[in-house]
Amino acid sequence: MSAASAPAAEAVQGSEPLLGLRGVKAFYGSIIALKGVDIDVYDGEIVALIGANGAGKSTLMMTIFGNPRAREGRIVFAGRDITDLPTHEIAHLRIAQAPEGRRIFARMSVLENLQMGATTAEPTHFAEDLERMFALFPRLQERLHQRGGTLSGGEQQMLAIARALMARPRLLLLDEPSLGLAPVLVKQIFDAIRQLNRREKLTVFLVEQNAFHALKLANRGYVMVNGLITLTGTGRELLARPEVRSAYLEGGRA
Amino acid sequence: MEYFLQQLINGLTLGSIYGLIAIGYTMVYGIIGMINFAHGDVFMVGAFLALIAFLMLVALGVTAVPLALFLVLLIAMALTALYGWTVERMAYRPLRHSFRLAPLISAIGMSIVLQNYVQIVQGARVKPLPPLIQGGYTLLDRNGFAVGLSNVQIAIVVITLALMLVFSWLVANTRLGRDMRACEQDLKMASLVGVDIDRTISLTFVIGAALAAVAGIMDLLYYGVIDFYIGFVAGVKAFTAAVLGGIGSLPGAMVGGLLIGLIETFWSAYFSIEYKDVAAFSVLVIVLIFLPTGILGRPEIEKV
Repeated sequence: MSAASAPAAEAVQGSEPLLGLRGVKAFYGSIIALKGVDIDVYDGEIVALIGANGAGKSTLMMTIFGNPRAREGRIVFAGRDITDLPTHEIAHLRIAQAPEGRRIFARMSVLENLQMGATTAEPTHFAEDLERMFALFPRLQERLHQRGGTLSGGEQQMLAIARALMARPRLLLLDEPSLGLAPVLVKQIFDAIRQLNRREKLTVFLVEQNAFHALKLANRGYVMVNGLITLTGTGRELLARPEVRSAYLEGGRA
Repeated sequence: MEYFLQQLINGLTLGSIYGLIAIGYTMVYGIIGMINFAHGDVFMVGAFLALIAFLMLVALGVTAVPLALFLVLLIAMALTALYGWTVERMAYRPLRHSFRLAPLISAIGMSIVLQNYVQIVQGARVKPLPPLIQGGYTLLDRNGFAVGLSNVQIAIVVITLALMLVFSWLVANTRLGRDMRACEQDLKMASLVGVDIDRTISLTFVIGAALAAVAGIMDLLYYGVIDFYIGFVAGVKAFTAAVLGGIGSLPGAMVGGLLIGLIETFWSAYFSIEYKDVAAFSVLVIVLIFLPTGILGRPEIEKV
């Protein structure tokens, strides 16, 4: 419950995590954003990282991709040290991200956005993957030739996730997939994530402010405060913790 | 009327050359948000490489003009592209994460370096090339004024149109073009999906330089003389063209190029040839004041 490497509740795990962060520190200029973070994500898990605005959650997601680069500590993915790899090479190891703010290519069509997502994938299974995305998010098929920038917020979020999935990732990083969306859409997106994890054994690491949904979805969770992990445990355990409840669920004091 | 028609032809020819150079400015601006002030000098280097290639081919006994032209095109494009690549690698990439003005200053420095380098290596005097493409057509002959369309002009306009079509197709439909557009819209996201942005930026410089080389060849064929200084004025005018069309927009660069060519030519024809540069640069000032996004540019507003 307290150690950073608490065992996953349901995940199938060997001794080695798929993604492991050890003492990761990152800075923006001279301002420290991550103060030594340890996180493990095992194959097949859904892991949630929750925390308040400005805690460093999105920085952590980007640091995994080397931008900003971890100035101290190690990041290991599938047994390989990726701490100093260039961002695009990390993407080629089949980690994909639907980043903060969605970052849809606004002046590209939905199809082109999905093609960009498939940059690291084999071109031979593009058509098949496209069909999978249509099954997951039928709206994208309707909007296929529309410009990304004209989609609604929910559609953009679906596109951001689908774009990431086009890479056939082993690990999917999701940064605030529920941000700014109506509850019905949040449910739809979380259902899709759960479905991907169950059916395709996709490993998911997500950052959320919506702690209740995230912890219900996740096998395990981490709580981040000011660039440090302060709590970790299974999703259910964290949901029951009074400090989590008061800080993230009941709108009380931080 | 005859006079007008003649100036129209001349203006379109000049505008084609500006348009080809303007593409290099607008692409680089689109992708890394800097004005590559050395681009005009890359155009000048292209013209010199073309001249040298011509003279070497003649020395080697290649005298068939179409073959020589084709080879010169290839050689000059390839070597100028190498210059473009080197300029980016040496002067801009190391400053990619520096403050915004740094690459701009470095670009001005690179421009001076290229000018002086050519001045030292090739001398300061103008270099002539005997007209290779001769002849032409008389379209109209009335009141003692003949409207001529020379073969050089035809070649310039046709080659420009062809290159612009090929290039637009490449940007719209190929993997490289898509990567370039992705980098233009969001460099960070492009790297997250696995695009090697350094490579894409390099290729942008390479393509821009190759197109500038073609413009250099055209300039050489059209005017028959070049010197180390032609890059400055042509460069600033092509930059004006890119701004007029909407910097960052490819069709804008083409349209802007044609317009600047026409404005300059008509101004020279009807007002004063001495002040033709004033006309072109007044356009720059007016556009920046009243239409800062240009004709086909878009304001920096994105839906969030």
